[in-house]
Amino acid sequence: MKKRDQVSTVKASLSPHRLRESGTAPDYRFSLANERTFLAWLRTSLALMAGGVAIAQFLPPLRVAGLREGIAATLLLMGAACAVRAVLHWAACEKAMRHGQDLPLSRFPTALAALVAFGAVGLLVAVFTGVFAP
Amino acid sequence: MPSGAQPERTRLAWRRTVLASTVLVVLSARGVLADGVNGFEGTVLALLLIVWLSLLVGSHVRIRALAAARPAALRPHWAALTVVAVIALTGMAALSLF
Repeated sequence: MKKRDQVSTVKASLSPHRLRESGTAPDYRFSLANERTFLAWLRTSLALMAGGVAIAQFLPPLRVAGLREGIAATLLLMGAACAVRAVLHWAACEKAMRHGQDLPLSRFPTALAALVAFGAVGLLVAVFTGVFAP
Repeated sequence: MPSGAQPERTRLAWRRTVLASTVLVVLSARGVLADGVNGFEGTVLALLLIVWLSLLVGSHVRIRALAAARPAALRPHWAALTVVAVIALTGMAALSLF
């Protein structure tokens, strides 16, 4: 997204009137679908953070000092990023629907999937190389 | 698709979101309680409860609004406030790590 569009999206997230003043109201079912997508991203965010907190509490201390807390912090950060992304994307889609434009493209889901896959492979390698061994 | 299905699916999505936040709140509270309860931990626990309750009440308000035949679209400040609550939970979850 261009910088100008990003700024106006943030403003649209915060001000209902700014959103309402532009374009025409879309079919209410599209708005509801957009809302459900927003909530799905929030649940992704909450699940990532719950995973981070669970790792900090239930994983035994790893051989590398602070690694467990590092993994937990990374997951918390990813969760926060998903939450912020949720509202920005929701506002951008709402705006696009009001103007009859295509929904905005984004690389965020791909990036998140790549991070999760990378983390999972890393975990697999760690389990087999015995990082968890006391 | 029956006309009432979309609002109902959206209501259920709000409930699932509150459920996901409850899991995070309980885990964070568990982490905070593990250190014993004195002033700081008590404050964090109280904040966790307040944020969770605000999510519960906020989603309930939206769920009630979704009971209409043609529900109004989600207001931007409602979406923004929900995300602020989730970010607040992030901060408290981070505090519960230590």
